[in-house]
Amino acid sequence: MNGSSGSIFDPVSPHTQAISDLFVITLWICAAIFAVVAGIVGYSLVHYRWNEGAADPVQIAGSKRLEIIWTAIPCVIVLVLFGLTVHAMEQSDPEPPVGEPDLEVIGHQWWWEVRSPKLGFVAANEIYIPVGRPMSIRLDTADVLHEFWVPQLTRKMTTVPGRGNHVWMQADQPGIYQGVCSEFCGTQHAWMRFEVIAVSEEEFDAWVEQQRQTAAVPTGDAARGAQLFRDLTCINCHAIQGVASHPTAGPDLTHVASRRFLGSGIVPNTPENLRRWMTDPQEVKPGALMPNFKLNDEQLAHLLAYLATLR
Amino acid sequence: MNAASPSSASALTAESVAEAKRAHWRLAWLSTVDHKRIGILYLLFALLFFVIGGLEALFIRLQLAVPNNTLVSPDAFNALFTMHGTTMIFLVAMPALFGFANYFVPLMIGAHDMAFPRLNALSVWLVPFGGALLHFSIFVGVPDMGWFAYTPLSERPYSPSLGVDYWLIALIVLGIGSVATAINLIVTVLTVRAPGMTLRRLPLFVWINFVNSFIVIFALPVLNAGLVMLLMDRQLGTSFFMEREGGSSILWQHIFWSFGHPEVYILALPAFGIISEVIPVFSRKPIFGYEFVAVSSVAIALLSFGVWAHHMFTVGMGRGPDTFFAIASMLIAIPTGVKVLNWSATMFKGSVKLTVPMLYAIAFVVQFTLGGLSGVTHASPALDWQTKNSYYLVAHFHYVAVGGIVFAILAAIHYWFPKMSGRMLSERLGKWTFWCMVLGFNGTFAIQHILGFLGMGRRVYTYPDFEHWGWMNFVSTIGACLMAVAALLLVWNLLRSFFRGAPAGTNPWNAWTLEWATTSPPPVHNFDALPPIHSRRPLWDYANPDRPDPRVGGDALTVPNRANTSSWSLIASEAAFFGTLLLVFLYFNLEPRPGPNAKDSLDLATTAVFSVCLFASSFTLWRAEAAERAGRRGGLVGWLALTIALGAVFLVGQALEYRELYHGGVTLTANLFASSFYLLTGFHGFHVLGGLVALLIVFGLLVTGDYRNRPSPLVAVGLYWHFVDVVWVLVLAVVYVLPRFL
Repeated sequence: MNGSSGSIFDPVSPHTQAISDLFVITLWICAAIFAVVAGIVGYSLVHYRWNEGAADPVQIAGSKRLEIIWTAIPCVIVLVLFGLTVHAMEQSDPEPPVGEPDLEVIGHQWWWEVRSPKLGFVAANEIYIPVGRPMSIRLDTADVLHEFWVPQLTRKMTTVPGRGNHVWMQADQPGIYQGVCSEFCGTQHAWMRFEVIAVSEEEFDAWVEQQRQTAAVPTGDAARGAQLFRDLTCINCHAIQGVASHPTAGPDLTHVASRRFLGSGIVPNTPENLRRWMTDPQEVKPGALMPNFKLNDEQLAHLLAYLATLR
Repeated sequence: MNAASPSSASALTAESVAEAKRAHWRLAWLSTVDHKRIGILYLLFALLFFVIGGLEALFIRLQLAVPNNTLVSPDAFNALFTMHGTTMIFLVAMPALFGFANYFVPLMIGAHDMAFPRLNALSVWLVPFGGALLHFSIFVGVPDMGWFAYTPLSERPYSPSLGVDYWLIALIVLGIGSVATAINLIVTVLTVRAPGMTLRRLPLFVWINFVNSFIVIFALPVLNAGLVMLLMDRQLGTSFFMEREGGSSILWQHIFWSFGHPEVYILALPAFGIISEVIPVFSRKPIFGYEFVAVSSVAIALLSFGVWAHHMFTVGMGRGPDTFFAIASMLIAIPTGVKVLNWSATMFKGSVKLTVPMLYAIAFVVQFTLGGLSGVTHASPALDWQTKNSYYLVAHFHYVAVGGIVFAILAAIHYWFPKMSGRMLSERLGKWTFWCMVLGFNGTFAIQHILGFLGMGRRVYTYPDFEHWGWMNFVSTIGACLMAVAALLLVWNLLRSFFRGAPAGTNPWNAWTLEWATTSPPPVHNFDALPPIHSRRPLWDYANPDRPDPRVGGDALTVPNRANTSSWSLIASEAAFFGTLLLVFLYFNLEPRPGPNAKDSLDLATTAVFSVCLFASSFTLWRAEAAERAGRRGGLVGWLALTIALGAVFLVGQALEYRELYHGGVTLTANLFASSFYLLTGFHGFHVLGGLVALLIVFGLLVTGDYRNRPSPLVAVGLYWHFVDVVWVLVLAVVYVLPRFL
C-alpha cells in the first residue's frame, strides 16, 4: 500500500468534521496554556539567573490570590472544553437507527468480514458505500477484541463479542479511504487493514448487484480447481456463494478476484501475489491462520484458475 | 613487643572490623535491612531492568525505522512491546521511585530507618524475584498480549503459551511487594518523625510519597484481584473474562484500568515530589504555594480513582458513562496545572542555577506540560474516538512517562548521587547527557503526535509505505538512538564519578532539607545530631539565624501506635481487594443466570450457624483484649483460645459447605455464579486462615510467656481479625441474603 493515508484533520464526513473542529479549538487552547508556562519558565531563565556571590532572592513563599486565579481560570477552560465536547459527541456519534443496520462488520484474526443481510451480500476487507449517505454499521467480532477505525470517515469503536457496538459511516466525497484495526489483536494486528470505497449511488447499486451474484459454474482447469477447492477442505473455511455459504473462518471468496488486496492489505491482489499466498500463506503473512497446504504445481494452477473466475 | 598498648589494640580492632566488613560486603548487601542500602538496591535493580527495557525499545524502533521492515518477526515484536511496557512500569519506574523514597523519606524526616526494616528488605527482594519470574517466560514463550493483557486475547484459547501465566504471577508478586513498601512508608511517615517534624512541615517529597502510598495500597490490590481471576480463567477453567462462556472482557478493562490509571499517578506523584525539591533549591527560593502543591496532590490522589474509564471511551459504554468520565478526567487537569504553575512561579524572581539536576527539572516542567495537555485531549471522548490507540497516544504517554517521570528520576539521580555516594557527578558529562536526552526524547516522540493524526495505530510491527510515514518513523528511530547514547553516557558518568568524582561534602547544593544535615554518605544510624525543626526548611533556618522562615504550626507531634497503624494500612489494602471481589460478584449475579445461582444453591440456615461462630469470635477477642488491659492473664488465655476455636469452627463449616455444593454439581467452573462465589468466599476463607495463624502465634507467645517483655501484638492482630469478620458481614449480605430479594 502507498499513497496518502489520510488525516484526521482532513475529514470527509460530518461526523469526523465535528471532531476535527473540536480538535483545532482544543489545540489552540492547549497552545495558549503552554505558551503561558513556557513564557514564565523562559522569562525566569533569561532574567533570573544565578550569579556567583549574588545575594539570595526575596524568599517569597506563595500568594493566595494567584493560586485562586490560576485555579479558577483552568476551571473555566475545563467547563468550556467539556461543553464543546458534549456537543461534538452528539455531532460525531448520533444515536443508532431503530431496526437492522445497513452493514455488519465482523472482526476476525486478522481480516474483516463485511456483510449486509439487508442488501444480501458478503464481502471482506473492502467496504463500498454510496457517497453522501450515512451508513449504519453494527460491529462484532468472531474472536478477540478488534477496533474499527477509518480516520477520515468515522470514530473508532471496539468490536466486543456480542455487544453489537454501532457506528455511522459517511463519505461526502468519492474516493478510497484507509481503515484499520486499532486494538491490538495478536500476531498480525499490523495487517488488519481495510479500505472504504465511496462511489455514486448508481455505482453502489451496481456493485451490490454484482456482489449478490453467486459464483458462475466453472469450466476446464477452473472446474478442476473447483473440485480441488472441495477436496482439499478449502471449503471448510471459505464460503463461495452458490457452493457453500456457511463457513466464516476465512474470507468469503465468491468475488475474491475483484478485490484490491490480499491478506488485509499486506500485498496487492495480483496473480503473482495470489500464487505466493497459495504456495505458502505463512511466507506472505506470518501467523495468518491459513496453513500451508503444500500444493503441487498442478493443483496450484487449477486452484488459481478457479479463483480467477471468482469476480 | 609482646604486650600491645591499648591504643594499638583498638587500632587493630578497627582494622579487623574493616577487614571483616570487606570480606563480607556481599553478604552485608544481601542481608541488609538498612533503608539506605535497600534504597540503593532498588535503584540498581531499576537500572538493570532499564537497560533491558531500553534495549527492547531500541529494537522496537529499529524494526519501525522503515516501512515493511522484516528485522523482527511479528510475534517477536509483540513480545518486545509487551515486555518493554511491563518492564518499564513495574521493574524500572516503580523500583526507582521506591528506591528514592526508601533512601530519602527517613532521612528527610530525621529518622534512623524505615518503620519496618525487615519488611523493607522483603519488598526490595521481591523486585528481582518478580523480574526473574517474568523473564523466566523466555523458556516457555515470552508474553505477547500487550502490557494491559486485554481479554479475551490474553485468555488460553488465544494465548496458549505459559508466558502469560508467568507474567500474571510476576505482577502479583510485584504488587504484593509494592503494597508492603507503601504500608512501610505510611507507618514511617506517621510514627518515626524527628521531634518538631510535624505533618505540616514535611518536605514535599515526603508529603507526596505519603499521599502516594495511599494510592498504592488501594490500587494494587484491585490489579491483583484481576490478575488472580485471569490466572483462574487460564489455569482452572473459569471464564470471568470470556463472553462466550458468560463472562465479560469489558470487566477486565474496568478492573485493569481501576488500577491502571491510579498507577499513572503512582508514578507521576513521586516525580512531582522530586521536582518540588529540586526546583526550589536551584532557584534559591522556597517552593511557591507549599500548601497548594500539597493539597493538589491529595486532590489528584482522590480524583485518580474516578477516571479509569477514559481508557474505555471506544468500547461502547454509552453516552452517560462517557460523559461522566470525560468531566472527571478533565477535572484532574486542574490540580496538575496548579502544580506546574507553582513550579514555574518558584523559578520566577528566583536565582536560577542551571546545574544538571535543575536542567532535568526544567525539561520536566516543559515536557510534562505538553504531555498533560495532550492528556486533556484524551479526556474528551470525541477527540479520543480519533486518537485512542494511535501514535498520538503513544506520544502522549511517553511525554508523561519519559519526558515527565524519567526526567524527574534523572533529576533525582543527579541531585542525590552526591549524598548517596559522597562524590559529585561530572557536570560536564552530565550536561552532554542532558542535551542528548532532551534532543533524543523530543526527536523520538514529538513527531509521533503527527503520525497518530495520519492514522498510524500503535502496536503494529510494520506499516505500509504511506506518504510521510517512512521519514517520520525514521526520525523517531534516530531520536531513540540518541537516547541510547544518553543512557550510555549516564552509566559512564555514574561509574566514573563513583570512583573518581570530587568529594561532595555534607551539603554541596546548599539545600534545606534534613538529608543534607548529615555526612555524605550518611552513617548507618543516619544522624549524629539534628538541627532544630521549626519550619519546612530547617537547614535554611540553621544557616540564616537572623532571618529564619516563619514558624509553621506548633512543635508537638501526634504519633500513633506503630503496630496498629500498619494493621490499619493493611486493612485498607485488603478492603480494596475484597471490595473488588464483592463488586465482581454483584456484576455477575444481579441477573440470575442459567445453572446454579445464589437463591437456589446456597443454604442460608447452615451458613448462618457458622457465621454466628465467626461473629462471636469478634466478641470473644474483644473480651480477650479487655482481659489483657485489666491484666487478667487467665481471662486472656481463655478468651483467646475460645476465639481461635470459633474461627476454626467457621472454617470447618465453610469446608463442609463447599463439599455439599461440589456434590450438588456447583463446581468452580459450573457457571459464573459458582466461579464468583468460590472466588469471594474462598479468598475470605484464606484470610480467616491467615488471621487464625496470626492468633495462634500470639497465643503461643502468650503461653510460653515470651511476649510479656514486648509490646502486646494482640490489638494489631485483633484489628485484622475484626476486619475479616466485617468482610464476612458484607459477604453474607451480598452473597446469601441479597439474591433472595432480587
